Amino acid sequence: MSDVLLEVRNLVKHFPVGGGMFGGPVATVRAVDDVSFTVRRGETVGLVGESGCGKTTTGRCILQLERPTSGQILFEGTDLITLPAEELRVLRRRIQVIFQDPFSSLNPRMTIGQILAEPLKVHRIIPEKTARAEKVQELLAQVGLLSQHADRYPHQLSGGQRQRVGIARALATEPSLIICDEPVSALDVSIQAQIINLLEELQSRLGLTYLFIAHDLSVVRHISDRVVVMYLGKIAEVADRTALYESPVHPYTRALLSAVPIPDPKLEASREHTVLRGEVPSPLNPPSGCVFHPRCPIAEPRCSAEIPLLREIHPEHRGACHLA
Amino acid sequence: MAVTKETLDRLATPKPERARWLQATLDFTRQRPLGAIGAAIILVMAVVGLSAEWLAPYDALQTDYGAMLAAPSGAHWLGTDAYGRDVFSRVIFGSRTALIVGLGASIIGATLGALIGVASAFFGGRIDLVVQRIMDVLISFPLIILALAVVAILGTGVQNVILAIAIPMIPRCARVVRSSALAVREMPYVDAARAAGFTDARIVLRHMLPNVTAPYLIMLTAFLGQAILLEASLSFLGLGVQEPVAAWGLMLRGAAVEFAETAPWMAIFPGLAISLAVFGFNLFGDSLRDALDPRLRTQ
Repeated sequence: MSDVLLEVRNLVKHFPVGGGMFGGPVATVRAVDDVSFTVRRGETVGLVGESGCGKTTTGRCILQLERPTSGQILFEGTDLITLPAEELRVLRRRIQVIFQDPFSSLNPRMTIGQILAEPLKVHRIIPEKTARAEKVQELLAQVGLLSQHADRYPHQLSGGQRQRVGIARALATEPSLIICDEPVSALDVSIQAQIINLLEELQSRLGLTYLFIAHDLSVVRHISDRVVVMYLGKIAEVADRTALYESPVHPYTRALLSAVPIPDPKLEASREHTVLRGEVPSPLNPPSGCVFHPRCPIAEPRCSAEIPLLREIHPEHRGACHLA
Repeated sequence: MAVTKETLDRLATPKPERARWLQATLDFTRQRPLGAIGAAIILVMAVVGLSAEWLAPYDALQTDYGAMLAAPSGAHWLGTDAYGRDVFSRVIFGSRTALIVGLGASIIGATLGALIGVASAFFGGRIDLVVQRIMDVLISFPLIILALAVVAILGTGVQNVILAIAIPMIPRCARVVRSSALAVREMPYVDAARAAGFTDARIVLRHMLPNVTAPYLIMLTAFLGQAILLEASLSFLGLGVQEPVAAWGLMLRGAAVEFAETAPWMAIFPGLAISLAVFGFNLFGDSLRDALDPRLRTQ
């Protein structure tokens, strides 16, 4: 269980802003700023943070949908960033993605059957046509859809059904790692539970590894083995799920957790809330020192001067805070 | 259990596609009567062009020196020209030429333009920049000037006229389709295709091109009217279709100018045919654009 499937090392992604044909960029958005973490084979790592904190960009860099500014993405020891295009194209079948929006993640001009058969054909997993149709049926059954669904178009399905198609498409190439980019946040609560259960069931059956990107902390708590908390392009805290939820070391994580409602009115009324002041600063011009210091309830003078390193605070529990 | 299975089957069977098409046609006619009139003109023109042999009372090339410059009568409904050829028959055969050139040029021009536009949007960056500047250069020439230049290089004749009209249309379509393709490129299903390791050609042809059909169809119908007008203009200038082929633009030149006062029917009827055809295509094209443009959709 302990072997590393994916290692992200010092990942940086800056987006240039402005600048025309001749002028250089006016500014840079530091979407992801020196992020490192590992994903072990067979586990689920939750990646959480507010919108704009760089969690989706991190996922897109791993998928090589964005070209990182610097850093390494090691998949089974191979650096995806320096891999030649043709080799990367072949390796892509091992890393798949499930998107947030089930409405725009399926090509509206293709039937479900065509969508699922395409990767099988392109990667020559099943070159023969009738066998491919059988595999499509198998994939549909695996995600709880009916065989008739193969002939339908995406607009004829509901949101939950489409998300199941998205999952089936990700499974088609028999991947090792699936990046789940907010796979349930666009769905109704009742459907969310179904999809989460399906993902868990598939994981235990097929031995999948998930990088689960989400902003819903209770969903992440349910599905993850380990959790990475991001704030403004940097990692605030990394820990086992239990350790993170029960004894968070970073003040940002504490504030996030206190914002999660407890489904018990008495408990909810009696507990103390940490409410953060202000807004998330712009990644165009991140604060000096610790990026969290302007909103931190326990900030000290050194927090605005020194960048805190992500260090081991307890065994297997790392945090980027001077005061932890 | 049997009931459940049956219900599932019934629910799973999609509505027949034909009914949807019929309904869409009826809706279009009701909401956009002008467009429907345009479509009717196009339909009549297509039927006439396809069955010219059976509809035309005379052969388009048959000369009758006993009835030169004859006025419209029972024998020659729209009169005859300077060689005694029946104007009515030549207008009918002319619609075939107009359709061949119009359809050929707009399909080639719009399709190549769409391909270039989508590929340019997909690759982006420097490739996009260079392709778009080339398109800008081509667009800066008026349609007719560029078409004249192409004819000057390739020579006259139906095939060359089709190319001469198609080429100036490519950049116009490429620019419009590119803007739609830029939006499609950002769709998650295109990201999914890239993440799945599909080749660039497959992503452009299978995932992006089918999703820009709305602007493509709009450009295609808009070009049809222009292409017919352009063909007539080129033929009128003597740089398009050559005698003795029946073409409307050709019927307006030469003897028709000479005898404009004594035999006006030689020029009036092909002129009317050009106006009507262009009018029909423009009406239909405009309505189609309104119907397909979601921003203008009222429902």
